[in-house]
Amino acid sequence: MKPVKRIIEKTAKGVLFTSSMVTSVTVLLVVIFLFREGIGLFNQTSVEKHLVIAVNSANRVSALSSTEVKSIFNQDITNWKEVGGDDIEIAPKTIDDMASLFTEEELGEGFKNLAILIEKYVEENPGVIASIPESYLKKEFKGKLIPLKKISVREFLTGTEWIPTAHPAAVFGAWPLILGTLWVSLGAILLALPIGLITAIYMAEVAGQRLRNILKPVIELLSGIPSVVYGFFGLVVLVPLIQKLFKLDVGETALAGSIVLAIMALPTIITIAEDAIRTTPRALKEASLALGASHFQTLLKVTIPYAKSGIIAAIILGIGRAVGETMAVLMVTGNASVVPHTFLEPVRTIPATIAAELGEAPFGGTHFKALFALGIILFIMTFIFNTLVSTVKTRKP
Amino acid sequence: MPDYKVEVKNLDLFYGDFQALKKINFTAEPNTVTAFIGPSGCGKSTLLRMFNRMNDLIDGVHFTGEVYIDGNDIFAKNIDVDNLRKTVGMVFQKPNPFPKSIFENVAYGLRVNGVSDKHFIEKKVIDSIKKAALWDEVKDKLKKSAMELSGGQQQRLCIARALAVEPALILMDEPASALDPISTGKIEDLIFELKNQYSIIIVTHNMQQAGRVSDYTAFFYMGELVEWNKTKTIFTSPDDIRTQNYITGRFG
Repeated sequence: MKPVKRIIEKTAKGVLFTSSMVTSVTVLLVVIFLFREGIGLFNQTSVEKHLVIAVNSANRVSALSSTEVKSIFNQDITNWKEVGGDDIEIAPKTIDDMASLFTEEELGEGFKNLAILIEKYVEENPGVIASIPESYLKKEFKGKLIPLKKISVREFLTGTEWIPTAHPAAVFGAWPLILGTLWVSLGAILLALPIGLITAIYMAEVAGQRLRNILKPVIELLSGIPSVVYGFFGLVVLVPLIQKLFKLDVGETALAGSIVLAIMALPTIITIAEDAIRTTPRALKEASLALGASHFQTLLKVTIPYAKSGIIAAIILGIGRAVGETMAVLMVTGNASVVPHTFLEPVRTIPATIAAELGEAPFGGTHFKALFALGIILFIMTFIFNTLVSTVKTRKP
Repeated sequence: MPDYKVEVKNLDLFYGDFQALKKINFTAEPNTVTAFIGPSGCGKSTLLRMFNRMNDLIDGVHFTGEVYIDGNDIFAKNIDVDNLRKTVGMVFQKPNPFPKSIFENVAYGLRVNGVSDKHFIEKKVIDSIKKAALWDEVKDKLKKSAMELSGGQQQRLCIARALAVEPALILMDEPASALDPISTGKIEDLIFELKNQYSIIIVTHNMQQAGRVSDYTAFFYMGELVEWNKTKTIFTSPDDIRTQNYITGRFG
């Protein structure tokens, strides 16, 4: 080989190697980043930074979870015995409540006396619980500081409330978001599946060549429409329609999200299922017809069973697309983070939560990490779907 | 009882603009084997596929002329195509068993034709596999997938599958072209056996095969049925020079 040619060959190889390595490593780094940030959530409490929870020194309660703190300050829990203490009524005080207990004179210039007053107040009232910035905590504080339990994985996954802005302790329960995601996706699949399969079968088996040549590009075109356009369509057309049809207060519901997602998942399902159905060898269909089977019998007993794995792959890919979709869902589902009971309630999905809240979450804070933890859940969900696709696809018919 | 099992009158067939069959006139008697021979693209498979209306499935095919089976015009408006295909069985060039069990492959034709009596199906399946000379090889593994059989066994399974629906006429489109010599020999023996009960039309590229198995031979060339006669006559003293050239291996 000529030296010049050899150099070109080597350079080409090098470029190919480098670019593929860089790509793989980048993808891997993104995953590592996601997990590092997300898992960090379980190493901290949900109380805002520099804030402590103080109680009377006689209080027997030794630790509280963030949900308990939130319930106390919401006055859903009103007695210490509910969280394992004595039978004393709870008096929750934020720093603002504290400050308003005293006159300006008592507080002094620049709140210089506040720390002393707080300590005194906490010691005089056995039922008090106060959230105080560390800067207003007197040195050698005589009251008791209650450590907050770290956020547990179980609490995060099964908690039914997602209130990242609750004061003084935020609540991160991802369950309604997980359910919201699954509900909207499930609804989308229930709608898209029958329609998609019927269309795929029609295109592959019934429609003539000319019609198929028109239909297929049109359907493939559908998948190129930006999702925000689907969302806009859903918001302007579907939401009012659902509101009117079911006589609801708001039309932004799981159903609206499902319908929009179904429309978005259809091109994927139709294209892949149609390709799968068309892979059924002509010889098999002819064998069936030659035995006196009708077109429909052949379709049902030979064509579809043969294409089964491809059809299943189409379905799972459709679901995968639905699960990860953000914008359109964010626009039409109402985004209420409550556990859904019917399709006619607002729901909030994981991607929508991340997109909507990341902008207002302080970088590196608890909320920020909680959103990354949601990202991990989403990653695992789509990972499962993708694994299912590849196992189904590699299975021989 | 009509004189002919199959009768073709003045058949012209086109794929779009291309004329694939030209003024075909042909008859086949019951309980005989007729071989269609000729070079590739001469129209012999196309004609074969007219007899069970398989050409209906191909876009752009149109034709003039008439085809009768047992004296019935098979292109008449009141003909039930599915029923016609039940009475005219077909064996294809490549073995094409369904990806189902051996048993289900043979039972398929019965099931799609509305037979649900289990005992009848079982009896019929076993009968058909026996007739196709496959029984000894598969009797212990009827539940196994048909895809596990060898090519020759698969082709005999396809014949069994065709026999199960009790056709009166069996079309074979180069049934042994994808098989080894031993499997081919078995298929040929089978055709010889089946002749007693069925009429068979077989398309073949293999001159020796035509000579061995058929009673009549028809030679096709460029869409024309050049001549047809008793196999012996065709192979020893053909009328047409083209037939002679083909048989003696000058072309094709």
